[in-house]
Amino acid sequence: MEFNQPAGDNMFDDSKVVGKPTHRIDGPLKVSGQAPYAYERHDVAEGQLVGYPVVSTIAQGRITNMDTDAALNAPGVIDIVTALETGEMPMPSDMNAAPLFGGAEVAHYHQAIGVVVAETLEQARAAAALIKVDYEETKGSYDLEAAWQEMREDRSDPVSRVGDFESAFEAAEVTLDQEYRTPSQSHAMMEPHATIAQWQDGKLTIWTSNQMIEWNRQALATTLEIDPDDVRVDSPYIGGGFGSKLFLRAEAVLAALGARKAGRPVKVMLPRPMVMNNTTHRASTIQRIRIGAQADGKITAIAHEAISHTFPGGAGENAVDQTRRFYAGDNRLIVKHLAEMHLPEANAMRAPGEAAGLMALEIAMDEMAEKLGMDPVEFRAINDTQVDPEDPDKPFSDRHFVECLNRGAEAFGWGDRNTTPGQRRDGNWLIGHGIAGAYRGGPAMDSGARVRLQPGGTLIVETDMTDIGTGSYTIIAQTAAETMGLPLDAVEVRLGDSDYPVSAGSGGQWGAASATAGTYAACLALRGEIAKKIGTNDPESLTFENASVRTGEKQMTLASFAADGEIVAEDTMEFGDFRGEEVVSTFAAHFVEVGVHVGTGEIRLRRMLAACDAGRILNPITARSQVIGGMVMGVGAAMMEDLAIDKGRGFFATHDLASYEVPVHMDIPEQEVIFLDTLDPQSSPLKAKGVGELGLCGVAAAIANAVYNATGVRVRDYPVTLDKYLDQLPAA
Amino acid sequence: MAPPIEFEIRRRTLFAGSAAIAIGAATGQRAAAQSSAALAPSGAEDSTITLTVNGEEQELTIDNRTTLLDALRENLKLTGTKKGCDHGQCGACTCTVNGQRVNSCLSLAVMHDGDEIQTIEGVGTPDNLDPMQAAFVANDGFQCGYCTPGQIMSARSVLEEIRAGIPSHVTDDLTAQIEMTDSEIRERMSGNICRCGAYANILAAITNVAEEQA
Amino acid sequence: MRQFSFERASDAAQAAARAAEVEGAKFIAGGTNLLDLMKLEIETPVHLIDVNGLGLDEISATEDGGLRIGALVRNTDLAAHETVRRDYGVLSRALLAGASGQLRNKATTAGNLLQRTRCPYFYDTAQPCNKREPGSGCGALSEGAFSRQLGVVGTSDSCIATHPSDMAVAMRALDATVETITPVGMTRQIPLAEFHQLPGDTPEQENALMPGEIITAVTLPAPVGGTHAYHKVRDRASYAFALVSVALIRQPDGSGRVALGGVAPKPWRSDEADAELPNGARAVMSRLLDGARPTEENAFKITLAERTLAAMLAEE
Repeated sequence: MEFNQPAGDNMFDDSKVVGKPTHRIDGPLKVSGQAPYAYERHDVAEGQLVGYPVVSTIAQGRITNMDTDAALNAPGVIDIVTALETGEMPMPSDMNAAPLFGGAEVAHYHQAIGVVVAETLEQARAAAALIKVDYEETKGSYDLEAAWQEMREDRSDPVSRVGDFESAFEAAEVTLDQEYRTPSQSHAMMEPHATIAQWQDGKLTIWTSNQMIEWNRQALATTLEIDPDDVRVDSPYIGGGFGSKLFLRAEAVLAALGARKAGRPVKVMLPRPMVMNNTTHRASTIQRIRIGAQADGKITAIAHEAISHTFPGGAGENAVDQTRRFYAGDNRLIVKHLAEMHLPEANAMRAPGEAAGLMALEIAMDEMAEKLGMDPVEFRAINDTQVDPEDPDKPFSDRHFVECLNRGAEAFGWGDRNTTPGQRRDGNWLIGHGIAGAYRGGPAMDSGARVRLQPGGTLIVETDMTDIGTGSYTIIAQTAAETMGLPLDAVEVRLGDSDYPVSAGSGGQWGAASATAGTYAACLALRGEIAKKIGTNDPESLTFENASVRTGEKQMTLASFAADGEIVAEDTMEFGDFRGEEVVSTFAAHFVEVGVHVGTGEIRLRRMLAACDAGRILNPITARSQVIGGMVMGVGAAMMEDLAIDKGRGFFATHDLASYEVPVHMDIPEQEVIFLDTLDPQSSPLKAKGVGELGLCGVAAAIANAVYNATGVRVRDYPVTLDKYLDQLPAA
Repeated sequence: MAPPIEFEIRRRTLFAGSAAIAIGAATGQRAAAQSSAALAPSGAEDSTITLTVNGEEQELTIDNRTTLLDALRENLKLTGTKKGCDHGQCGACTCTVNGQRVNSCLSLAVMHDGDEIQTIEGVGTPDNLDPMQAAFVANDGFQCGYCTPGQIMSARSVLEEIRAGIPSHVTDDLTAQIEMTDSEIRERMSGNICRCGAYANILAAITNVAEEQA
Repeated sequence: MRQFSFERASDAAQAAARAAEVEGAKFIAGGTNLLDLMKLEIETPVHLIDVNGLGLDEISATEDGGLRIGALVRNTDLAAHETVRRDYGVLSRALLAGASGQLRNKATTAGNLLQRTRCPYFYDTAQPCNKREPGSGCGALSEGAFSRQLGVVGTSDSCIATHPSDMAVAMRALDATVETITPVGMTRQIPLAEFHQLPGDTPEQENALMPGEIITAVTLPAPVGGTHAYHKVRDRASYAFALVSVALIRQPDGSGRVALGGVAPKPWRSDEADAELPNGARAVMSRLLDGARPTEENAFKITLAERTLAAMLAEE
């Protein structure tokens, strides 16, 4: 069915299951170690071999020779596939910029150039170390600062220009002109990329860990030059992704090639020290922000110009995007530069664009508020806009950012904050408070599902939607239960298999709104089938509740319709163009309190609060988990995460989980999440939007602002580590 | 006043060695192999051991190189214990050996002959969850679920360690009795990374169990 | 990881003799660092001697009122030991600041001393590293390298790696002695101050042990009293290596001892610096970090060391 007009009153406005706090239905499997992740599916294929990746040890150049003799003769080795032997392979999709495998060209450090297939991991790993590779190395440039100096004044091809920024900025009563820096970041999901591949009669099945099943299926077919119908992808449990598993990655290609050559199933898990350089990352950025305002705080001019590095042909990090729409202002300039470098491929990481962009913009807003002598909450509120600032005829579908600010401020006790930087102390700790706004789009993608009403009255939902920890299993079950009038435990949800209808998948925080809509569509189709059985062509005259169908005075159990065999229905929710006539977005305000040790500069978070506006919250338990999880990632971005670039040799030097630090338990304080009770009829039939990326947006800036408030030292270069302000702290 | 600390900034050198020539093996081993390259093991490369896993005795003949983690996951097909980093940097592989929690990725199976191992599978099943497992579900103490078995194995040990009076980095007074505080739990759980960021909910789950057991 | 044969030792002297006799042999106890490095083929033993059966897991009083800590005492047990908590608080604090609960349950006293550096160039076998592969160069000192975590003092032009141990820093402040047995059955007492070696031109040579020589214990002199503290500064609040750590033992009269971690190839302490303690943190660090040669990225460690000590002194 098509979602071609705003949702009117519907069953979800009077819901019994959707929107109610519901524990994860996959929870008992996960806490008991029974949920099967990709690498551990011993049961799916007999005689699995182990593949160990061989990766390049230069950043750029050509392989001139690969000597595999010793490795082939090593104990347990079955076969070896090398990049030289396969030659160049087709790019998997236009969403991959760097090649995954094949050919002599080395595009980046730790690019996959071979796979050793052996009976065991121990054998494959040892043999891989015996392969000798000769290279002709090409010297590259990996210096973003240098590229920025070259491009910083080039405004010849802006993303957008509205009014006359330069004149308005010149004329503004209060102005800010600052640069901000964000480092490269790694998704660092807990489960490394992993795949088991098996060929049978020319058909390939992979059991893998991937967010986007259909993209993955198509990409694998493309790169292996086989018919997509001969590829099956199965990924029911995914140990985190955050964008790292959006696209086909090398480990799946290696498993497929290894299995084809060895004639047996092969499983490959990317060793953790290879993950950071072999896969994708969020690119580092340098951002210049200029804001001009009247003395009353109204922004009259705003410019956001940024550069990020990208693998040639890629898109880098679009850090300027949110600035096009977040705040009002008549004169606007948005410029995005890309510096092509042979670093590993920069690609989407949770809230791509906004996460890095808001790290800068929301410090700039804080600095501007200070210049104006205004409360940063108030400064943001008076620059709220209900229409697209670049196109004032286009309204926001449902925007309650000011309410986020106000509700959050009240709950946090913002009024009692430290108002003079560096002036509040608790023993050795300087206490500071910070706030930041958050903005992230609320996209939707077409999403299909199949539902099977079983003779026993239970319902099976099948869709290639994925659950990367987001709670898809549960909200899909809730949606189906609601639509069919079933109790939640009568619904079984099956996900992540390309044999199921194509869904939106998990990315861009579109999953929840899209996949529940697709489930709803399939359930309506089932209701239509049942109506037919009853003999009416008006399913709307039927009431589905308490596992029964009622029409007039007649009531029959749902099970009775399937007594003679299951009833199957399938549909896809297609999102119509009308959705784009308004700006569908999500909003939040983040508040944090930090302590900064006056002697050592160590930062300890004391409390965090988020107030979110994201339409209907389908499951407050899992949605809250999404937001607090985003906040944790924001803590990492603010305080520690840095995929440090070796600018001489062109690789990420911090390529394991000891050197690339992400937050641990001890870093995280009490967290509070407020969801505004909002509905967005423009977004989906359930009037829902995503929250998974919103929770991350702005968090790092709120912390940076709090550190400034605590210390009086402004750091504009993330992560905000003590080396950047230590010498400016007062004597202990 | 004491004089300022004198130091000189070390200058970077352009590294002269040509990578094109010097770098050999593709997994990263440089060509000039270490002196042990030509050496060979002086005895058997595999061993037969007996592990008691979740109360069940298991005899295994394994490659000496097999970690306890891989012995569990690959040989015994107990895949509840997860491999997140294989280098002791994440805690996903946490299980207990003779009652103590360890990173099973940094321990050789051959070194555990005769040991008692408990994994998440031995703690409870979906139909019969242990209180800690149930508390994780009730408090949504996970998202993707991959670090979860390790978190639960650690959480159970943390409560025991606090009760046994083992101090931690945040224990104020090393000679006093240790209190079950949020800070004590957070510090002791810090060897288990959750990238989904469920820490606050994990703390709530552990606190619930601690209170029930108190 | 290369293939290796395996044996269990039950006697320290015999284990030492075996290690000297079997080419490419190494001892393994906790394994928390060795296995990590073997998986990356940074360590490539072809024979492992499991020393866990040597029985060196006792903590006992020495005749002169000190403490003898068996080489195999686990970090958890050492940190939790009543005498250590009462009389050698700095040691307990340092141990608890290191690694994680799981790792401390496995890691041993001797293994902790023998930990190898966490320098990213040492850890990446595709990169030059004089410590891992003598003569290959120092990746951390090459143009554009990442050196924020690395050493500022005691380093050389061939290596700027730090020793990652917290425990060793406290033991250095406590004037610990390392007790060993050599392959010919001789016992040696090596002051911890002389145990770890500076890199010079031979960064691969990290300590005073001879081939096959095995650590049997670490002894601590009688308690020196005073107030004990260990402050470890790192980017995240736990489970991370130190940017800088400071072990401090301070007497009521203002005298005392200071040792630093995270700044040098070994726990860093000097008598001259200790003598300056009554004169404050700046005075101590002027001595202790005299001649430091940081990189631009890690020069902050100098300030951080001073400020950390100053904060510790102010806290008392």
